[in-house]
Amino acid sequence: MTVSVPAPHSGPAAGPRKLKVATASLSGCFGCHMSLLDLDERLLQLAELVEFDRSPITDIKHCGPCDVGLIEGSVCNSENVHVLREFRSHCKVLIAFGACAVAGGLPAMRNGLDVGDCLKEIYCDRVGPGGLIPNDRELPLLLDKVYPINEVVRVDYFIPGCPPSGDAIWKYLTDVIAGRMPRLEHPMLRYD
Amino acid sequence: MTQPTPSLDQVLPPILARHGNDPTRLVQILRDAQDQLEYLAPDTVTALARALNIPRTRVESCVEFYAFLHDQPRGRFRILFSDNITDRMLGNQALFEHMLKRFHLAPGQVSEDGLVSVGLTSCTGMCDQGPALLINNMPITRLTPRRVDEICDLVQSGLPLADWPSHYFKVEDNIRRAEVLLGSGFRSGDALRAALARGPEAMLAELKRSNLRGRGGAGFTTGVKWELCRKARADIRYIVCNADEGEPGTFKDRVLLQSFAERVFEGMALAGFTVGARQGLLYLRAEYQYMMPHLLAVLERMRAAGLLGRAILGQVDFDFDIDIHLGAGAYVCGEETALIESLEGKAGRPRIRPPFPVTSGYLGKPTVVNNVETLCKATEIALHGGAWYEAQGTKQSTGTKILSVAGDCERPGLYEFPFGVHVSEVLAECGARNAIAVQVSGASGMCLSPEEFGRRIAFEDVPTAGAFMIFGPGRDMFEMALNFADFFAHESCGFCAPCRIGTGLVQKMMHKIAAGQGTRYEVNEMLRLRELMRTTAHCGLGQTAGNAVFDTLQKFRPAYDRRLQDTDFIPAIDLEAALARARAMAGRDDADAHLGAQA
Repeated sequence: MTVSVPAPHSGPAAGPRKLKVATASLSGCFGCHMSLLDLDERLLQLAELVEFDRSPITDIKHCGPCDVGLIEGSVCNSENVHVLREFRSHCKVLIAFGACAVAGGLPAMRNGLDVGDCLKEIYCDRVGPGGLIPNDRELPLLLDKVYPINEVVRVDYFIPGCPPSGDAIWKYLTDVIAGRMPRLEHPMLRYD
Repeated sequence: MTQPTPSLDQVLPPILARHGNDPTRLVQILRDAQDQLEYLAPDTVTALARALNIPRTRVESCVEFYAFLHDQPRGRFRILFSDNITDRMLGNQALFEHMLKRFHLAPGQVSEDGLVSVGLTSCTGMCDQGPALLINNMPITRLTPRRVDEICDLVQSGLPLADWPSHYFKVEDNIRRAEVLLGSGFRSGDALRAALARGPEAMLAELKRSNLRGRGGAGFTTGVKWELCRKARADIRYIVCNADEGEPGTFKDRVLLQSFAERVFEGMALAGFTVGARQGLLYLRAEYQYMMPHLLAVLERMRAAGLLGRAILGQVDFDFDIDIHLGAGAYVCGEETALIESLEGKAGRPRIRPPFPVTSGYLGKPTVVNNVETLCKATEIALHGGAWYEAQGTKQSTGTKILSVAGDCERPGLYEFPFGVHVSEVLAECGARNAIAVQVSGASGMCLSPEEFGRRIAFEDVPTAGAFMIFGPGRDMFEMALNFADFFAHESCGFCAPCRIGTGLVQKMMHKIAAGQGTRYEVNEMLRLRELMRTTAHCGLGQTAGNAVFDTLQKFRPAYDRRLQDTDFIPAIDLEAALARARAMAGRDDADAHLGAQA
């Protein structure tokens, strides 16, 4: 699919500036990032339009000021909260990217259970070594429930899908980059 | 004190026999069974499914759908406080809490001895004499702390409801301004005689000439509706009177049925004569069950007078009779196709239209569904003709309209005005001074601010099904919008996603704002959701569910602003508290085991 993308707006003094994009996966399966790779040869086109900040693509650990942030996965533990807050404070536009980020998704299936009972069953009630719940301060603590990202920070746009297709991501990103209202319509708008 | 619960074998067969083992009468069967068994236990559901030869899930879906059908014991005395905004303005919340305290109960909880439960329900149509409650479906109005104490004493004494002093159950008409409909004497049979003399074709012509439009809110031209039904090819047709008056703040149909029932039924017979139907059905909302004995007596009287039954008024080929179906507590059943589903013994979920009921309605047959008031108006046209009728009101809204006035005014009650009346005239007439807002046509209607009080009640300007709720100085319009957000989230039938999820989200956001955790983000989201529901919901319920929030945001924005936080966003969840369980389980209290409050 080809989408024509006008050059991003540039200030009168400065030359054309590439938009900065950051991506991260919270509690999810990384499937949405795999879908991002499904852009295939369009990745090269994307690289001309944007510059990646923090992302598994660059392996940068913390993001600086960005134009667009893409968040995959839901908020399941304290580390997710920190990453999400970092993204919100650094990204002008924050996009919930895929079913987990939008609605909690698969990880939220534990919401019917008590998180303490889960920990106890996994670490204490099983035959084998240990019998203690790990308590190293390096480890992020689990939240009582799994939350979609818009319950923790303000979110500007949502891309549904599990995962969203490469075409949907391309459409959405190119819309945002071009300054259009991002829209997905049938058949790209889907929730499965 | 405890009576032995009757066994299923004793209870069900007579009920099933009375309803001819007809699964399309399932809602009525369930109501009757519950009246005797107190609630519908799994065994009852199974037995009914077997007896009616339908899947158990169909019975279950009905029980789950209707608010007044219970799959768990609800106590021998089931008390439900009406929770419309007008009840709240009259202080129902304090009374509700007082009663809960006296019985040591939480909302909805059943006392341990199985005696009583106390809960809330949507508007019961007693707004002019609130605060009101229903006790085993019998209304008690004008609640005061003293009255609530007396009710508590009576409940604790265990005295059966039938033996309670009758003055508790007195429901007033409160007719404050009467014109053609409420004021003129009506001789039973005259309208029908006039129609018979004219013949169906001429009657239809008069009706079309009158330009009568439906009084339930949508305003469809009645003459066209009747004509479409008459012309539809079928062997059987039905006339349905929609008395599922669930719109919060509306109570005109209650008075019409209470004191003008002959006129309503005659309107139905008239419709039957005109379109060629032999069977009429009155769908009465559960909250008005107390009127059943009266309505049945009126029907009996009319049969005796030859106004219903076979060969009406001596006309050999004109048979028509009326059956009353009771609803079971579902606002959405006011929507005509949901109502028909309910009449057919199913959960009241709106159908996909077309086909419209005039060609495929009750049991797939052409059906006219008219509001109670519309049918009364049809008798006026039969008596006086279409030209006479057309001369009243405005060009596109002919005739008079009954308004149910409630809220902050000296004389709440029914006001009949010709269409085209200014809002300010109604306010003056009912003694409402310095009103800050009027909510016209109920929760789904329009909120008017004082600069709009010059507008007129008519389909051309401010259309209405009848509700007219007045808000005086000092009222907080956010509270009204919050009440309606709760109402719609509760009453959404759950069939389509925009409404099911949209009303839930709006309710959540409104409560977030009420709790002082809202920001502009929620306001923007609610506006977006309103637009989404308005354009994509399956029926009128969802399409109008966002109106009150939208209107109050436009016209009473400060009521929201003073509750909003001046930040970008505040999570509704306390993240620090959300870590507490895992923190305790791991025995940690280091800095990384905590989350600051900042967003």
